[in-house]
Amino acid sequence: MKVGIIRFPGSNCDEDAYHAVVDHLGAEAVFCWHKDHDLQGADLVILPGGFSYGDYLRPGAIARFSPIMQEVVAHAKRGAPVLAICNGFQIACEAGLLPGALLRNDHLKFVCDQVHLRVESIGTRFTSRYHVDQVITIPVAHGDGRYTADGDVLERLEGDGHVVFRYVDAAGHVTDAANPNGSLRNIAGICNSAGNVLGMMPHPERAVDTQLGSADGLPLLHSIADSLMSEALV
Amino acid sequence: MTRFRVAVEIVPRRGLLDPQGKAVSDALHTLGFSTVSDVRVGRHLVLDTDAADADAARAEVQRMCEQLLANPVTEDFHIGSAERA
Repeated sequence: MKVGIIRFPGSNCDEDAYHAVVDHLGAEAVFCWHKDHDLQGADLVILPGGFSYGDYLRPGAIARFSPIMQEVVAHAKRGAPVLAICNGFQIACEAGLLPGALLRNDHLKFVCDQVHLRVESIGTRFTSRYHVDQVITIPVAHGDGRYTADGDVLERLEGDGHVVFRYVDAAGHVTDAANPNGSLRNIAGICNSAGNVLGMMPHPERAVDTQLGSADGLPLLHSIADSLMSEALV
Repeated sequence: MTRFRVAVEIVPRRGLLDPQGKAVSDALHTLGFSTVSDVRVGRHLVLDTDAADADAARAEVQRMCEQLLANPVTEDFHIGSAERA
């Protein structure tokens, strides 16, 4: 598996993603500059966290027009996997790869914390290594993470099993106190209808080593590797 | 072509929680402005753009709002009049 990590001006989790993929997953990774049109043969594209273009206008609004995004959209349209983390999630929503939008946290403060997520769906190529309702610990670090979408979009996401992660307490219960940003229905991560684009505010790439608090993000990367492997065998 | 100056107001859609607006509203209440019932905080953009006439300038800004300046999921926009810049 070859992973292409997109670098925008202001990306700051690109190195974390590289470290997780290369040193913990054991796969190959390359950086793809936002002004290029070359994904360098990547099987998986990661849109990393950060503050692309300084969050000017709205988070992700300008990055969406970077040249490389034409390639990322084409990659997604082919059905190839895209993992959009934090600012990457915001960019993916602005680019129309995922429905909805990420708004300013309801309490107006930047939130930097370890949170509990419940795995809502293991039928995706991103979550096959988890078990249903598994509670995992993953860090968040964002100021604009409040997931919002129209009511019919929310119903469709829920009905199709495309709400992938939800903020919960340690016991796995959906509560307001466990919601770090006011996201509707405690939504922390969603996938598109084709199931090949995952967007999430928490950072699985920063949860790959128990010595640093959690390795619960690693099964996500392994799940994607599994899915690419089984595609290659078909 | 003439240069026009067009102002655009972009505000969070009514019905969506606007925490900035709520914070401002709470502060106004603290100051005694108890008549205030709702505040929404948005952005004000002023664009200079060349167009054949004022209507064409506003139509062009409308397209800019739909494609970039406003998020169609969460924001509403209002385009003011086009004045000669």
